[in-house]
Amino acid sequence: VCVCVCVCVCVCVCVCVWAVCAMCGCGRDDFQEELVIRPLHSGDIYASFQFRTVWDTDFMGGKKVSHYRLFPKSLGQVISKFSVRELHISFTQGYWRTMQWGQPFLPSPPGAELWVWFQDTVTDVDGTWKELTNVLSGIFCASLNFIDSTNTVQPSASFKPLGIGNVTDHRFLRYATLPREIVCTENLTPWKKLLPCGSKAGLAVLMKSEKLFHSSFHSQAVHIRPVCQDWQCKSTSWELRQTLNVVFDLHSSGQGKREWSLFKMFSRTLTEACPLASSSKIYIDVTDNPQGEQFELSPATPLLSQAVVLGDRRTYSVYDLTQQATFGSMRSLNMLLRWKSSDGECDMMRPLLHGERYVAGYGLQTGEIHTLMYNHHPYRAFPVLLLDTVPWYLRLYIHTLTVTSKGKDNKPSYIHYQPSKDRVRPHLLEMLVQLPPNSVTEVTVQFERALLKWTEYTPDPNHGFYVGSSVVSALVPSVVAMDTNSTQERPLFSSFFPSKEESSYFVRIYTEPLLVNLPTPDFSMPYNVICLTCTVVAVGYGSLYNLLTRTFQVEEPSPGLAKRLANIIRKMRGVPPL
Amino acid sequence: MAAPLTLLLVVAVTIRAALFRSSLADLIAERVEVVSPLNAWKRVVEGLALLDLGISPYSGDVFHETPLIIYLFHFLVDYAEITFMVSRKFVSSFRKQKYALEADRYPLDCLELIRSPKEMYYIPLKVAMFYLLNPFTILSCVAKSTCGLNNAVIALFILCTIKGSALLSAIFLALATYQSVYPLTLFAPALLYLLQRLYIPVNIRRPSFWWYTLQYAFMYLGSLFVIICLSFFLLGTWDFLPSVYGFILSVPDLTPNIGLFWYFFAEMFEHFRLFFLCVFQINVFFYTIPLSIKLKEHPVFLIFMQLAVISIFKSYPTVGDIALYLAFLPVWSHLYRFLRNVFLVSCVLLACSALFPVLWHLWIYAGSANSNFYYAITLLFNVAQILLVSDYFYAYLRREYHLTHGLYLKRKDGSEATLVLK
Repeated sequence: VCVCVCVCVCVCVCVCVWAVCAMCGCGRDDFQEELVIRPLHSGDIYASFQFRTVWDTDFMGGKKVSHYRLFPKSLGQVISKFSVRELHISFTQGYWRTMQWGQPFLPSPPGAELWVWFQDTVTDVDGTWKELTNVLSGIFCASLNFIDSTNTVQPSASFKPLGIGNVTDHRFLRYATLPREIVCTENLTPWKKLLPCGSKAGLAVLMKSEKLFHSSFHSQAVHIRPVCQDWQCKSTSWELRQTLNVVFDLHSSGQGKREWSLFKMFSRTLTEACPLASSSKIYIDVTDNPQGEQFELSPATPLLSQAVVLGDRRTYSVYDLTQQATFGSMRSLNMLLRWKSSDGECDMMRPLLHGERYVAGYGLQTGEIHTLMYNHHPYRAFPVLLLDTVPWYLRLYIHTLTVTSKGKDNKPSYIHYQPSKDRVRPHLLEMLVQLPPNSVTEVTVQFERALLKWTEYTPDPNHGFYVGSSVVSALVPSVVAMDTNSTQERPLFSSFFPSKEESSYFVRIYTEPLLVNLPTPDFSMPYNVICLTCTVVAVGYGSLYNLLTRTFQVEEPSPGLAKRLANIIRKMRGVPPL
Repeated sequence: MAAPLTLLLVVAVTIRAALFRSSLADLIAERVEVVSPLNAWKRVVEGLALLDLGISPYSGDVFHETPLIIYLFHFLVDYAEITFMVSRKFVSSFRKQKYALEADRYPLDCLELIRSPKEMYYIPLKVAMFYLLNPFTILSCVAKSTCGLNNAVIALFILCTIKGSALLSAIFLALATYQSVYPLTLFAPALLYLLQRLYIPVNIRRPSFWWYTLQYAFMYLGSLFVIICLSFFLLGTWDFLPSVYGFILSVPDLTPNIGLFWYFFAEMFEHFRLFFLCVFQINVFFYTIPLSIKLKEHPVFLIFMQLAVISIFKSYPTVGDIALYLAFLPVWSHLYRFLRNVFLVSCVLLACSALFPVLWHLWIYAGSANSNFYYAITLLFNVAQILLVSDYFYAYLRREYHLTHGLYLKRKDGSEATLVLK
C-alpha cells in the first residue's frame, strides 16, 4: 500500500510538473560552453569563449513566456517586448590586426556595434529601435542611448539575417555603431550575469577583468537568432550565443616569454564544468604542432578533433571538462603551452581578404576618405560588399567617388547611396565591387568638414570626431571544402556563420575607425559674439535711421551761455530777448 | 561707344579665360568668400550626379539650388564656363540705362551739380568697367558660382524696369525672387519707378495708384506662381521648397562666409535661436518701407540701396553679391563731392579683402589662429560696407537739399552756413 501510494504520488508530481511545464510553454533548453585557444604567429595568444543556449520556445506567440531557466530573463523579455527577430551586439576594445593575427572567429569593430532585425509585425520600427537601444543600454551598462537617428542606418544589402527566416525586407533592419564607446569592467559584469552559471562555475570563472582588459584586443558580444531544431527544420528554437574574444600580448601579458598557461592568461585555473552545461570543452589549436615539435602541451590529452573553419582545416586537442579525469588528481586544470625554440616557424596562411582605411588631405576644410581592399587570392576574383556610414558633418561629394584596381577604373556593379540630412541621418554608401585576383582596390571619396553649433561639440572637441568602421562582407573562395551540414555536432566556433555552399565561406572585415578633426568656434565667446554682431547690425540700423528720420537744416549758431541766461531773465521780465 | 565697350569685353573675357585654364581655378572655386553653400559649382555638380544616380538632389543636404538651375545645367554642364561668361556679358551690356536728365527748375548756381550730357554718356561704360574688371566679379565667375546668374537676372530686371516694360520687369523680378528670396524687396522700387514713368502720383487716396499696384502685383505673383509650379513639374516633388527657401531662411548650414550669420548662429544659445533668426531675417526686409517713403521720388537710388542692404544682411553673402551693387557706384559719381568717408571705407575694404584669405589660412591650415580672427575681419568688412552705403545715402540726400536750396548757402548774417541733420 505504501509503495502504491508512493508511486501514485510520484506519478502525480510528474504529471503536475509536466502540466506546469506544458502550460507555461517551457521547452527543452540546452547550454554549451567552449574555449578555443589559438597561438598566433606573432607570439600572442588568442582565446575565444563561446556560450550557447538554445531554447525551444516561442517568444512571439500569444502566451507570455514567464518561466525562464537557462535563458536569461532580461534578454527574453527584450525579444518578446520589441518583437526582435535577430539581435547582434558587440563591445570591442582594440582593433583586430588581420595581417598579423589572421581572421577572427567572430569579427567586431572597435567600440559598440548593434544591428537588429525586427519581426515584420512591427509597425513603427524607428520608435521600437529607440526604445530597444535604451533598454539595452541599461542591461549592459553601456551608453547605447547615444544611438539615435544621426548614427543609425538601414543597409540595403549587407547584414542579411544570420538565423533562419526568409524575410528580407530591409525596412526591418537597423544598424548602428558607436566607435567612441569604451569597454570596461562595468560592461563585463552584466554580460557575465547573463550566463546560466554566472561567473561561479565552468569556463566563466576565467573571466576576471584585471587580466582580460590588460590585453591587445578584447571583444564581448551577444548574438540572438532563431535556428532550426533539426535538419528537417519543421520548428525553430531561439539561440543565444555569448562570445568573448581576447588576444594577450606576448610582451605586456606574457612578459616576453613564449609560454602560456591558463593561470598566466587569466590568473585562475579551472576546477569544474558548469553543472548546467551539456558540453564544456577547451580546444587548443595544434595544427602547426602535429608532432609536438613547436610547443609542448601539458597536461596531455588523448582527444583530438578536426574542423574546417575560415577556409582551413585545423586540428585541435580537446579537453572535456565534463569528464572528471580531465582535472587530474589536483582537481584543477591549468593547461600549459611551452614553446621549445624560437626558430623553425612556418608561415601563417595569409588572409585572403583584408581592408584598410585612412583620411587624406590637410587642413580643416576638406579631406578624402581612402578605403583599401586587398584580395590576396592568387587567381580567383570575387565580389565584396562595402558598407560605409559617414556622419552628416562630413559632407561627402559622391561625384568625386572613384574606385580603382591595379590603376584602372573599376566600376561597381551596384551602388546604393543615401545622402545625409543635417542633424537627422548619416551618409550611407553600399557598393558591390569585384576585386581582381592578387590586387589592391582603392575607393576614394572627398568630403567637406562642417562647422557645428557650439553645443554640438564633445567636451574635448580637439580630440576629433570618430567615423565608424567600414564593413566589407564577402564570400571568399575556400581551398578546403566547407562543411554545409548545419545540424551535425560541430564545435561552436565553426558553426556561427552558416555555410550555404562548400566552395566559399563568409567573411566580414571591419576597417579601422577614423578620427577626423573639425573646425571649432571659440567656446568662450557666445556673449561676445552676440554683442559684437548685434553692434554691427545696430550701426547699420542707426545710420539709416538717422538719414531717414532727420532732414538737413542750416545750422544756427547757438548763443553763448551768458546771453542765454540773459534771455531767460528777460523772458521772465516780459522784455523782448537779445 | 561701341568700340570701347567691345574692347572692355574682350579684356574681361581674356582675363577670365586665362584664369579658367590656370591652376588657380580650383583654388578659387573652394574659397568660402567666393562661394557659399547656396551657389557653389561643386554642389551643382553634386546635384547633377545625384540625379544621375536616381536619387532626388533634395534628399540630402548638399544641394540647395532651384530646379530650374538643375535643368539649365543638365544641358549646359559641358559649357559651364561659357555660360558664366555670357551672363557676365549680359550684365555689363544691360547697364546701359538711360537716366532722365534733371529738369531746369533748379536755381542757377546749382548748374554745377547737374550732370552734363557728356558725363552721362560715359556712365554705362564706367559701370560696365566697374563690373567686369572688379576682382570680386572675376573671382566669382572663375569659381563658376551661380551668383553670376542671379546677378544677370537682377540686371535684366533693372533694365526692363528702366525701359518701362512692366510685364517683363515682373517676370524677371519673379525669377530673381525664385532664385533667392531677398529680391522680393525690389518690388517697391520697381513699382515706384513704373508709376513715376507713367506719371501716376504716389498717393494712397488715388484709385489709379492702387489700380496700377494691383496690376503689377498680379503680374509678379502670377509669374512667380507659374515658375514654382513649373519647378514642381520638373522634378515631381515639392522637396525643393524646404531645401531652397527653408535653407535660406532657417540657416542650418554654418559654413563660414563674409556675412554676419554664421558665427552668430554657431555661438547662439539654443533657446534664443529662433528669435534671433527672425530678427536677422526681418532686418533685411524691413528697411523697404522707410526707404521707399523717403526715396519715393528717386526709385533708381532706392534700387541701389535695396541691393546694398540685401548684399550686406543676407544669410549667405558672397563677393559676387557685393560686386553687383558696387557696379552701380559710377552712376552716382556726381555725389563724390559730398562723400565723407571715401578714403576710410576704401582702405578698410581693401585691407579686409586682403586679410580674408590670410586669416582663413591661419585658422584652417596653419592652426595658429582661431575662428575669432576670421570673424573679426567679417565684422570689419560689413561695417565698412554699411559705412559706404550710408555715406552714399547721405551724399544723395544732401545733393537733393542743395538742388532745392542752392549750392552755396548763407546764414542770416551772411556768413557761410553749415548743414546738419536735425
